[in-house]
Amino acid sequence: MALVENGRYDEDRFRISEATAGDFVSLLKPRVMSLVVFTAFVGFLAAPVAPNPLIAVIAILSIAVGAGASGALNMWYDADIDAVMTRTASRPVPSGRVLPGEALIFGVVLSGLSVMTLGVLVNWLAASLLAFTIFFYAVVYTMWLKRSTPQNIVIGGAAGAFPPMIGWAAATGSVSFESVILFLVIFLWTPPHFWALALFKCEDYARAGIPMMPNVAGAASTRRQIFAYTVVVAPVAVLPWGLGYTTVFYGITSILLGVGFVYYAWTVFAMTDADRAMRPAKALFGYSLLYLFAIFAAYLGDAVYERAAGLAGI
Amino acid sequence: MVTLTEAQRKARRSRSLAIGIALGVLVIVFYVATIAKFGPAILNRAM
Repeated sequence: MALVENGRYDEDRFRISEATAGDFVSLLKPRVMSLVVFTAFVGFLAAPVAPNPLIAVIAILSIAVGAGASGALNMWYDADIDAVMTRTASRPVPSGRVLPGEALIFGVVLSGLSVMTLGVLVNWLAASLLAFTIFFYAVVYTMWLKRSTPQNIVIGGAAGAFPPMIGWAAATGSVSFESVILFLVIFLWTPPHFWALALFKCEDYARAGIPMMPNVAGAASTRRQIFAYTVVVAPVAVLPWGLGYTTVFYGITSILLGVGFVYYAWTVFAMTDADRAMRPAKALFGYSLLYLFAIFAAYLGDAVYERAAGLAGI
Repeated sequence: MVTLTEAQRKARRSRSLAIGIALGVLVIVFYVATIAKFGPAILNRAM
């Protein structure tokens, strides 16, 4: 009663939560998490050591929870801009289903838990990389870069690129050149992927005041940069074959996928400012998701084949 | 005393269930991982 009488009653703070477990699962950004889990799994399995299934499960689970935790921290901090963007307005915090404080505590607790579990049960190199990834996404990208520079997703893309390296580190206890290549593929893939989205959602980003590339440098410059990054990422993804540590199966798959990626980026590059439907940008956004999944699936298939061939003595 | 609405009651039950399952999984993970990492010798302690 005193809380009301002294005028310090904060309705939101003392409201009884109606957040369900499903709302908290949404805070973990399950779709982003599924890509993180997949790429981390590829990094783990591609490492040249005999995989321990139990360690694999614990490592992937910890990385998934850590990635989810950083998503929850992102949603806590970005609730104000999520509320004004159509794509994100229905997220648990801006829609009022989860209180901001709940999202913050959830993110912090899961961050600590995932890093400690990975460190104690797997190894501390992987745990420290996971901790750095969470810090990079929640603090460097979300709190600093996202609202201050059009290079936000370029630099912030590193957070999404670390999972295969963490998987590799979890398996081997070290970071190698091969895992750096996997990092580079996701890092260089991020700008074309997000800028394609930013092109056809540029009004949304403008309303939220986020300095995405199309809003700052214009659509034409963004289209050029999308094409430039795509021309770089396509050959980088072929490097594992070029350097001789994957089979021709991966080589041909990555070349074909890369040609497709460059083609879609070219159609975006050829778009005009008068194109309001922006079908090429939407097509590139969809293809980029398929591209990343297929590149890592091919890499995984290759690693599994080589492992099986090694066991069979071929 | 606060009387919860039906929505609040359902939400609390869903959260409690999820916390219970998550803690259960955590216990199993740590138990199995401890046995796997240290082997059966972890149970062989001088009294």
